[in-house]
Amino acid sequence: MSSPSDHHHVMPVRTYLNVFGALLVLTVLTVVVAFFDLGPLNVAVAVTIASAKAYVVLLYFMHVRYSNRIIWLTAAAGFVWFVLMLALTLSDYATRGWLPYPEAW
Amino acid sequence: MTKSRTHYLNVNHTVGSWLFTVDHKRIGLMYLGTILFFFLLGGIAAVLFRVELMTPGSTLMESETYNRLFTMHGITMIFFFLVPSIPAVLGNFLLPIMLGAKDLAFPKLNLASWYVFTIGGLLGLGSIIFGGVDTGWTFYTPYSSTYANSQVILAALGIFIAGFASIMTGLNFIVTIHKMRAPGLTWFRLPLFVWAHYATSIIIILGTPVIAITILLVAIERIFQVGIFDPALGGDPVLFQHLFWFYSHPAVYIMILPGMGVISEIIACFSRKRIFGYKVVAMSSLAIAILGFFVWGHHMFVSSQSMYAGMVFSILSFLVAIPSAIKVFNWTATLYGGSIKLDTPMLYALGFIGLFTIGGLTGLFLATMAINIHVHDTYFVVAHFHYVMVGGMVMAFFGGLHFWWPKMTGRHFSEMLGRITAVVIFIGFNLTFFPQFIVGYLGMPRRYHIYPEEFQIFHVLSTAGAAVLAVGYLLMAAYLFHSLILGKRSSRNPWKAIGLEWTIPSPPPTENFIDTPVVDYEAYDYSLERAYEDDEEDHS
Ligand SMILES: [Cu+2]
Repeated sequence: MSSPSDHHHVMPVRTYLNVFGALLVLTVLTVVVAFFDLGPLNVAVAVTIASAKAYVVLLYFMHVRYSNRIIWLTAAAGFVWFVLMLALTLSDYATRGWLPYPEAW
Repeated sequence: MTKSRTHYLNVNHTVGSWLFTVDHKRIGLMYLGTILFFFLLGGIAAVLFRVELMTPGSTLMESETYNRLFTMHGITMIFFFLVPSIPAVLGNFLLPIMLGAKDLAFPKLNLASWYVFTIGGLLGLGSIIFGGVDTGWTFYTPYSSTYANSQVILAALGIFIAGFASIMTGLNFIVTIHKMRAPGLTWFRLPLFVWAHYATSIIIILGTPVIAITILLVAIERIFQVGIFDPALGGDPVLFQHLFWFYSHPAVYIMILPGMGVISEIIACFSRKRIFGYKVVAMSSLAIAILGFFVWGHHMFVSSQSMYAGMVFSILSFLVAIPSAIKVFNWTATLYGGSIKLDTPMLYALGFIGLFTIGGLTGLFLATMAINIHVHDTYFVVAHFHYVMVGGMVMAFFGGLHFWWPKMTGRHFSEMLGRITAVVIFIGFNLTFFPQFIVGYLGMPRRYHIYPEEFQIFHVLSTAGAAVLAVGYLLMAAYLFHSLILGKRSSRNPWKAIGLEWTIPSPPPTENFIDTPVVDYEAYDYSLERAYEDDEEDHS
């Protein structure tokens, strides 16, 4: 049972620094955006920036970009399951107001 | 062979050789001891409250004590017995052997999982010793948050920690199945036991982190006063139910899928046939694993969850019945025309098919919104999930334990006592839980120990059944223990079954296989000569 992938991908320090820089920029962006009231877009913008940060961390810091397909599949499954949890939970919260509540119960 | 053959049990006798072992077989046995302790604990709690329930009034105990007993029963049985039962004991022992491997992919992680589980279990035990928990095993907020007045934090911490043991085991199984199959052992030659454990591991890895985080959120809310579940702080108690059931419904499949794997092995062996529709049965395990995540809202029809969400969850819940029914029909089709032998493991397997079917079908009643409102939180629900968990999973666990007992211990139990006990347990089980369907339908709510007098007859029947069930379990403990010391020594393949685990001596040597096996046949190929090959030379 030898370990399957002995050739680890070695990333240059430069890449890490670039990613770190990108994360800092996105963080600053989050803070700046917080000062503007975008109405219903407030949450959408914040979530988009946060997702972009998570994606970069996943790809570079967690080396998923250089991993084989089964790692991609695993990461994707985790993400899809998270979205599934949110979507079905929201199927409750988003539709609660659709029906008027009965007068007496 | 001579009696001096070394195997995994007699290779070393020191306590340290057990506590620091990385042998998956020994770790499986350590898990067996640990979970049986919790099974006993949960069983004692059940006996106590069943006795109390014989009378409509409060005779033996106060409501406070009653609440703590049924919570203790639920927590120990679910988190510390059922979830780890088949995967951590039989799965640990058998999975590497069924794959033709010498151990799991990460033997030390496997040992670590036992320690982590034991620490979690001790915390759970501590919560009982220091006064118990009164929230029910579901820890619903605000019982577990705003109004908690018992050892909620300690018990929750124990479950949180034990969850990591599950994740370690699941991860280990997935990597082992992917990477360590013997030459020739393709995915569709794997025993269905392995497929079931693969599907279970996927659920464990995707679901367990959510319950861990949910428990953490309860703690964060209490400690830092952040509003998550408490409306006074801006939270929502129903959110807890969403997050809790996101894990805890799939957890039902964590508990039942490995049982289904065991049943496939037993049915094939004792009807001497390949499982009918092997590929479909394998795929239905994956289908259950995935669909199981889409249905959790069926626990929340009366929780103020939106009716529209309820409709979606109801329809999705009906869908899970399809892969479950596929399994039941395929097992039945396997029996058809088989040369059936009613040995002890087979009695448990047949019991499983009947009882699981009742449990599953009543699940469909409960997934129907209108019926659910009538029987919500009644004994109908209690009966339903005990038919699945005890009639299904515990039957499968004991079926599997008997089936592989000669392999694990190298000894035979008394077949006669085994069969009698299987029948006693079957009768006791039905006497305990069938009346609960009726009394629940008539309106008896769960989690109350004071009830109208017209319900008493059902509770008396149920308690009588529990006594029969207890006799069955004690009988089993007695003859299994007896077999360890005085049981006849087993050959390598006492049931004449097909499968890699039956090609190695009983008990197996530490390294399982001296030479890596090559698999050039399909699973359950009972047309093979070797199934009937007698191996007298292995008797000692
Ligand atoms: Cu459910």
